[in-house]
Amino acid sequence: MSAHLLELRNVNVSFDGFLALNDLNLSLEAGELRAVIGPNGAGKTTFLDVITGKVRPTTGDVLFKSRSIAHVSEYSIARLGIGRKFQSPRVFEKLTVQENLELAVSQPKQPFSLLLGSLTAIQRDQIQHLMSIVNLQSKSRWLAGSLSHGQKQWLEIAMLVGQDPDLLLVDEPVAGLTDEETELTADLLKSLAGDHTVLVIDHDMEFIRRLDTSVTVLHQGHVLCDGSMDQVQSDPRVIEVYLGSGEVEN
Amino acid sequence: MIFKASTLPRWALLLIWVLIFAAIFAAPSVLPVFRLNLLGRFLSLAIVALGIDLIWGFTGLLSLGQGIFFAIGGYAAAMYLQLTSSANEINGIPEFFGLYGVQELPGFWEPFYSPIFTLIAIWLIPALLAGLLGNLVFRNRIKGVYFSILTQASLLVFFNFFNGQQKLINGTNGLKTDVSQLFGQMVGSANMQRSFFWLTCLLVILSWFLLRWVVRGRFGNVLIAIRDDEPRLRFTGFNPTLFKTIVFAIAGGLAGIGGALYTVQSGIVSPQYMTIPFSIEMVIWVAVGGRGTLLGAILGAVFINYAKSLVSEAFPETWLFIQGGLFIVVVCALPEGVIGWLQNGGVRNLLTRLGWSKPISTYPKLQNSGIDEVQP
Repeated sequence: MSAHLLELRNVNVSFDGFLALNDLNLSLEAGELRAVIGPNGAGKTTFLDVITGKVRPTTGDVLFKSRSIAHVSEYSIARLGIGRKFQSPRVFEKLTVQENLELAVSQPKQPFSLLLGSLTAIQRDQIQHLMSIVNLQSKSRWLAGSLSHGQKQWLEIAMLVGQDPDLLLVDEPVAGLTDEETELTADLLKSLAGDHTVLVIDHDMEFIRRLDTSVTVLHQGHVLCDGSMDQVQSDPRVIEVYLGSGEVEN
Repeated sequence: MIFKASTLPRWALLLIWVLIFAAIFAAPSVLPVFRLNLLGRFLSLAIVALGIDLIWGFTGLLSLGQGIFFAIGGYAAAMYLQLTSSANEINGIPEFFGLYGVQELPGFWEPFYSPIFTLIAIWLIPALLAGLLGNLVFRNRIKGVYFSILTQASLLVFFNFFNGQQKLINGTNGLKTDVSQLFGQMVGSANMQRSFFWLTCLLVILSWFLLRWVVRGRFGNVLIAIRDDEPRLRFTGFNPTLFKTIVFAIAGGLAGIGGALYTVQSGIVSPQYMTIPFSIEMVIWVAVGGRGTLLGAILGAVFINYAKSLVSEAFPETWLFIQGGLFIVVVCALPEGVIGWLQNGGVRNLLTRLGWSKPISTYPKLQNSGIDEVQP
């Protein structure tokens, strides 16, 4: 029995011989807020794919709440309590803001309960609450496709929270956002930690610094180092992978 | 379009339904039996089109094989009618068996002596078959054009199988129903045909209500989400395979009902119902009427088929050109179909383009509600 909420043990992912993840070991405690950074091609997105079941580990194991999820289907993993926000905002554009959130909070997510049942009062309140958090109440009947980029990002975060997952995986939440929106997003994610475990992936150093939390650096599919933002930024290995060591690799 | 405004204005919808009801009630007294019978057949096809709208318009599954389920529904009805009217034949089995030297009724015909079994089989067998075939495809995550090709290939398999089975179901000749007896009357008689017309109208309306109930609310929203971003839906905790299997089975069941009604009103079912062009035509009706509108599927099926029969009478051989042209025009000019075009303010846009109407500002609905600026 491990006490970690999420644990990756010696995970390797190989795409036709290319190792996207190379002997990756990482664990998260319940309630933690963790940032993961890394240069392009470090395997950040593959790392999320492995946790959410989109990609299967070639070897190694992924444990969530001490249970192996390496070969569980995506929707079952989502039901177990792992929610994911994608890099570019992915909301259901032909549905309204309200309807997007309804799908997220629906419980259970079975065809016949959706057909015959209706939302409970608690779920309806939850939807209102989520919309107020992300400031979309006045647009509840708008099609999600007509929202601005930043609003879509927030709607997706609201949907993620609406699923009430134990673990939130957030992939580049501030890409394309204004400074002000970035600030608000950082505060939002910080307020979510505690009740939820949050894992944020991003390039934006200022944003990560604002999160003020422990940082893990990925490089070539494995963990290069962890620590606070200041520790990490002064680590010579990190500087080397980010700025290049002068060697030309082919 | 920033709101989910994809319904016609209430008065327009009401008008269309009043016209439809008026047409239904007036038809039997206005139309000669021949025309009434044609209308009844086209309304049966509308039931199939409704099913296609559910799986294609809402869920994004373009099936080119609905003919399978259509024909199976037709065969179920025809087998019952063959049996009810074969008591006086040699061996007490349908006449055609004699041609192939078959003495005994094949086992799978037996249950079709029962009218209740037949009434259930008409929709249940196609629905189960669709659910089974669909599930096999969906669980392997076969989507898009590959799904369409697979359905077309299945259609071909079923066509060839039915075509070759003389000793079981009279092969390419099909099963005739018009001279068979039902409730002591000939199925092909004017009275019976009028009853079938009413029955078809009733079932079109019931199917429409059923599907409207299915596509409204969260279940329908899941279908739209499957159409637009299936992987995203999985990460939200939904199992798309289950939803797709269910709607494909519903569409199969509706195709079966449509097939049975079509069969009794045309007097025969044959493997011709499983030809590739016919199944593609079904898709065209929905495309022209308007995907994801339900009403468009009904109107598309009825009007295109009516046009087909009128044009074919006046200028035989030109119909295929007209049908092809219609499809091209719709794809290029009205990608949302006629009803979809109307729903999205098509008339107003056309008037504006012709200069007969003042262009409206970006978001008219916002203006109406007193908001004059759109916040980003």
